[in-house]
Amino acid sequence: MKLTLRIWRQKGPGDKGAMVEYPVDGISEDASFLEMLDVLNEELIAKGEEPVAFDHDCREGICGMCSLVINGTPHGPERNTTTCQLHMRKFRDGEVIDVEPWRAKAFPVVKDLVVDRGAFDRIIKSGGFISAPTGTAPEAHSTPVPKPDADRAFEAAECIGCGACVAACPNGSASLFLGAKVTHLGLMPQGQPERWDRVVSMLETHDAEGFGGCTNTGECTVACPKGIPLDVIGRLNHDYIKATAGGRKQ
Amino acid sequence: MAIAIPKVYRSTVGKKAVMAVTGAILVFFLLAHMIGNLKVFLGADDFDHYSEWLRTMGEPAVPHRTLLTVLEIVLVVAVILHMWSATSLALRARRARPVKYQSRKKSHAQGYATHTMRYGGVIILLFIVWHLLDLTFHVVNPKGDGYTPYERVVADFDASRWYITVWYVLAVVLVGLHLNHGVWSAFNTLGWRTPRNDRTLRGLAFAVAGVVTLGFISVPLSVTFGWVS
Ligand code: HEM
Ligand code: SF4
Ligand code: FES
Repeated sequence: MKLTLRIWRQKGPGDKGAMVEYPVDGISEDASFLEMLDVLNEELIAKGEEPVAFDHDCREGICGMCSLVINGTPHGPERNTTTCQLHMRKFRDGEVIDVEPWRAKAFPVVKDLVVDRGAFDRIIKSGGFISAPTGTAPEAHSTPVPKPDADRAFEAAECIGCGACVAACPNGSASLFLGAKVTHLGLMPQGQPERWDRVVSMLETHDAEGFGGCTNTGECTVACPKGIPLDVIGRLNHDYIKATAGGRKQ
Repeated sequence: MAIAIPKVYRSTVGKKAVMAVTGAILVFFLLAHMIGNLKVFLGADDFDHYSEWLRTMGEPAVPHRTLLTVLEIVLVVAVILHMWSATSLALRARRARPVKYQSRKKSHAQGYATHTMRYGGVIILLFIVWHLLDLTFHVVNPKGDGYTPYERVVADFDASRWYITVWYVLAVVLVGLHLNHGVWSAFNTLGWRTPRNDRTLRGLAFAVAGVVTLGFISVPLSVTFGWVS
């Protein structure tokens, strides 16, 4: 395949950055999007140019590191798929493809397509955990969990923390990520002790990090590679209102 | 509680909840207002009597025009809080993405949610101001104070003033679009939407939007086309 890539190049956090055009040729339809960028980078290195920096790790759709906005869509055109699992057969030969980093004040660009997602770590640190004794795993049947709760919690737990929801949201909100964590932990018996404090402190951190507020546009759930459903945001709101106005928070 | 409320309101979720609750108050008002307007089809006496009743509601338990004044205060407060939240969230959204995407943003979900709600909301506000100057304060109405409400409505939407009818219809259609997203959105905001009731809620929002739009536009259109005179 022959393609024209228009890639965001930015030397560092202070640099202004710009889109730069790169023609590539001989790309296999079976290559993944990241492998296609690897090919480009090898050519750039051979020419003595600076390769394009982008985030990646597992390349199997589970770590949440890959993070490219492809033609205006986070993780590209295929639904429920991370950038690393996206294949070039989803594009037309001769296509012009725009590649940009996640855009959010809370995710500053480090270099080229790499952004700093430390804001997510700080949100998790402020409440995305349970306090349980460590050691050997407890007997699985000692804490029964109703099947529907287990299923919903599992669905929410699929969130890989990639940040595509923020990149897609016209408000730059991380509500889907936040909702996924609050739903996942808040549905399990083990997550109950911190349930009300968790939602308040995670939301406060979210707001303080400079993310926007949700207006139910639904863009996030469409962009999410794990298909986290919108109703986790409803649950986040519900728990938050109960915790504050309802006085559940300690 | 007393200290908790402002703090809640400072959060993004709190602002959105305020928008949902005040929006709901406004929806109930719109439904009542729309039904009241339909009295125009029962004739001048019924319509003017209804207008009079609004001012005598609750008498003699409460003095003249008490309930109506209370209602007006609730509505003004609701509109202000609603817009305040909307504006504050819109400004926050702008700050949250200082560098825009170069590629044209493709909207995959209900793309119109942000634009119709925000810009539409501003036009609705302008309309509310005009509407009050027109039929509440009679400043821009062709018939001033010394006339009955029915006479003012008929004069307002006279065929020669077709552009006023067009303006009212456009504004009401915008209100309809606002509610088509807003009613559904309010349920999600308050955490009452589930995957199972999503279709029902979308249907409800569409129905409320449709009823409000058709109910409101029927009055100016009927006057303009001479069905009510
Ligand atoms: C007749 C007056 C109005 C009614 C009945 C109304 C009703 C509603 C309702 C029910 C919601 C849903 C709340 C939620 O999403 O949780 C909403 C949202 C909203 N309203 Fe209004 N509204 C009115 C006027 C206005 C005005 C004058 C503005 C002007 C700024 C405005 C701006 C907004 C915005 C920006 C949203 C958020 C939309 C979103 O969820 O994306 N509204 N409205
Ligand atoms: S909710 Fe989806 S899009 Fe958002 S961080 Fe989690 S996996 Fe990524
Ligand atoms: S590189 Fe791990 S999810 Fe894509």
